[in-house]
Amino acid sequence: MSSGLYSNNTGDFDKTLDLKKVKPYGDTMNDGKVQLSFTLPVPACAEATEAAKILCKKMGLENPQVAFFKELTPGYTFFNCYGSSSVDVDFTNIHVAKVESTVMDMHDTDLFIKENVGHPLIVIGASTGTDAHTVGIDAIMNMKGYAGHYGLERYEMFEAYNLGSQVLNEDFVAKAIELKADALLVSQTVTQKDVHIKNLVELVELLEAEGLREKVILVCGGPRVNHELAKELGYDAGFGMNSYADDVGSYIAQEYVRRKSAVK
Amino acid sequence: MTESKLGLDFDRVEYARGLASAIASSVQIFVENYTTVAVERTLCRLAGIDDVNENQVPLPNIIVDELREKGVLNQGALFYIANAIVNTSLSPQEIAIRVSQGTLDITKIPIADRERIDSVLKPIIKESISKITERKERRESYLETLGEGPKPYLYVIVATGNIYEDVVQAEAAARQGADIIAVIRTTGQSLLDYVPYGATTEGFGGTFATQENFRIMRSALDRVGEECGRYIRLCNYCSGLCMPEIAVMGALEGLDVMLNDALYGILFRDINMQRTLVDQYFSRVINGFAGVIINTGEDNYLTTADAFEEAHTVLASDFINEQLALLAGIPQEQMGLGHAFEMDPQMENGFLYELSQAQMTREIFPKAPLKYMPPTKFMTGNIFKGHIQDALFNIIGVWTNQGIQLLGMPTEAIHTPFMSDRFLSIENARYIFNNMKNLGDEVEFKESGIIRNRAKEVLESAISTLEKIEQEGLFSALEMGLFGDVKRSKSGGKGLEGVVAKGSNYMNPFIKIMKGDK
Repeated sequence: MSSGLYSNNTGDFDKTLDLKKVKPYGDTMNDGKVQLSFTLPVPACAEATEAAKILCKKMGLENPQVAFFKELTPGYTFFNCYGSSSVDVDFTNIHVAKVESTVMDMHDTDLFIKENVGHPLIVIGASTGTDAHTVGIDAIMNMKGYAGHYGLERYEMFEAYNLGSQVLNEDFVAKAIELKADALLVSQTVTQKDVHIKNLVELVELLEAEGLREKVILVCGGPRVNHELAKELGYDAGFGMNSYADDVGSYIAQEYVRRKSAVK
Repeated sequence: MTESKLGLDFDRVEYARGLASAIASSVQIFVENYTTVAVERTLCRLAGIDDVNENQVPLPNIIVDELREKGVLNQGALFYIANAIVNTSLSPQEIAIRVSQGTLDITKIPIADRERIDSVLKPIIKESISKITERKERRESYLETLGEGPKPYLYVIVATGNIYEDVVQAEAAARQGADIIAVIRTTGQSLLDYVPYGATTEGFGGTFATQENFRIMRSALDRVGEECGRYIRLCNYCSGLCMPEIAVMGALEGLDVMLNDALYGILFRDINMQRTLVDQYFSRVINGFAGVIINTGEDNYLTTADAFEEAHTVLASDFINEQLALLAGIPQEQMGLGHAFEMDPQMENGFLYELSQAQMTREIFPKAPLKYMPPTKFMTGNIFKGHIQDALFNIIGVWTNQGIQLLGMPTEAIHTPFMSDRFLSIENARYIFNNMKNLGDEVEFKESGIIRNRAKEVLESAISTLEKIEQEGLFSALEMGLFGDVKRSKSGGKGLEGVVAKGSNYMNPFIKIMKGDK
């Protein structure tokens, strides 16, 4: 079963990097090594292991190995597998929608707003709809921030209001009007059955109905959100995993200035 | 208790307890003068009213909404139901059906004398009390015949949204070694001012808490418990706008553990504080009587506030939760006071501070089956590192003899657990619990070392916080944002319209019966 695990076989594939044909890297260029785990709804038996290998082959893995299996409960078997990808990717021909701004730290963003705007920008944020998770919006907004990146509340040139979780879209819009917000931040953590999409779209519709949509910078974020999805849903920008207050803050500052100069 | 491994000053601990007791007592004075729509619906359920009408509205809501609309909720549901029984000889359920159909107005019936009202209530009260008692005895007999897993209990969640799929997941977890199965509720249920009815198969991020779902899961766990030779406990959530109602449903269906924090709904669901404090009291009276272990939610403070800087607020809140629970008649053995392993993994010596906190909490609440929460805030998509964070958490759990170890999942930051995630985390915990079983008996902490000093510091800061709350009162402390950096106003939040001062005919005989002579 473990044939190949300790193999010193040099293999006969081309070991030079070709960005038009990128493959996963284990320990040798173009070896294509992939690890994956999954559960099959079958009991642990020789046929189950074979089924796991066949599945790997169908997923495009050559020489699949089942390194570990365990029946989790009668009729469900867990597998850890390895294999080599038979497919590759043309890295030179990929286009991803990205937030077009230069990331600045807190100090530089404050300075940028002072010089180019002259007054603090008003930002309100919330985890909206039924979503009870504040971890995302807190990471971006709270004074303390997250992983060493200070949140927007600490910025001198942002007047930041974190409305917390389970804020109804209606209440969120009302607050935006009351505070004359320049930017709205919406965080969505729960994404089961695409509940976040419905909620995000509803906010855009409400803002449009109030004639506010073009007057604010509308940003969404969350672990399952990215810029492309955000644009699709009618947002100005989207921030996914590994985004911090720096990313969001510098985007808002630059976008605000860009819009102001476009008006002139 | 044996001597403190941390050199804790137990006179200071008792001083802190005294402060918390004063805080809880002044809350209790408020609580006893009020009732809520949720408390009254609970009394309807205890009177045997269940089911929904043709529009899926639960009949307890029908009765309570009717009384509220007529402006007589302050007299309480039991008074009107009993009065209607005297006059109509119908059962509470039949009365509720007629009210729902609009063929009976229970507020327009002539008021019978109090003696007759009391006497028709007696058999009704007796019936529900004996149902709950039978359930409790059933658990006790299982614990005697089947036994249970060693502490810390392994607690895992299931959250598929479909109760029947949850059963498959729960059975698998029990076979792998789980001791407690928690069925996570669907997103947003805490803000529903009613409890949905029947078996459910659709939910977001969890499954509706309904009495039927409780029944389905409890009987599945009975089956798998018998198969594994170990009693498997079932946990759900007595929080939100229906705290006491969920408590009574759990009591009737044999739930064993309930999330039941006095302050959580106020802070994290923006439920009005008057509403929650009244609701939590009755819900805890029921849980105490039913032998249910309550879990408190202090861990949540650390998801919004910093775990190192705000550790003392967790301890302060544990003290307050303990005293509020005592007032509701919950014995210490049923108090799963909460705390959590939530410090930034980048922090130098973070493990030592976590260890100090866990050992301190253990020594301060020696009889409580402490609920220890895993890392969540600093879990990332790096599942491999996450698995190690969970391992460090498990080491502290067994080292400091926690009561309930809420197992972290490597995929915490990604999705509700796969069956295999649960397997990996149970395997992680069982490996560590077995491999390090008696570590705590072997190790003491160095005098004036980091761990002892930290415990002392946290206790002293908790005392300052409690002193401040005692001076201000709990309501103002919540308005000032003393917990979890969250500020709430006394008249803000959801559900205040469901709170009324008790009127002259008001009755809730269950409190006295359930609390015994306490």
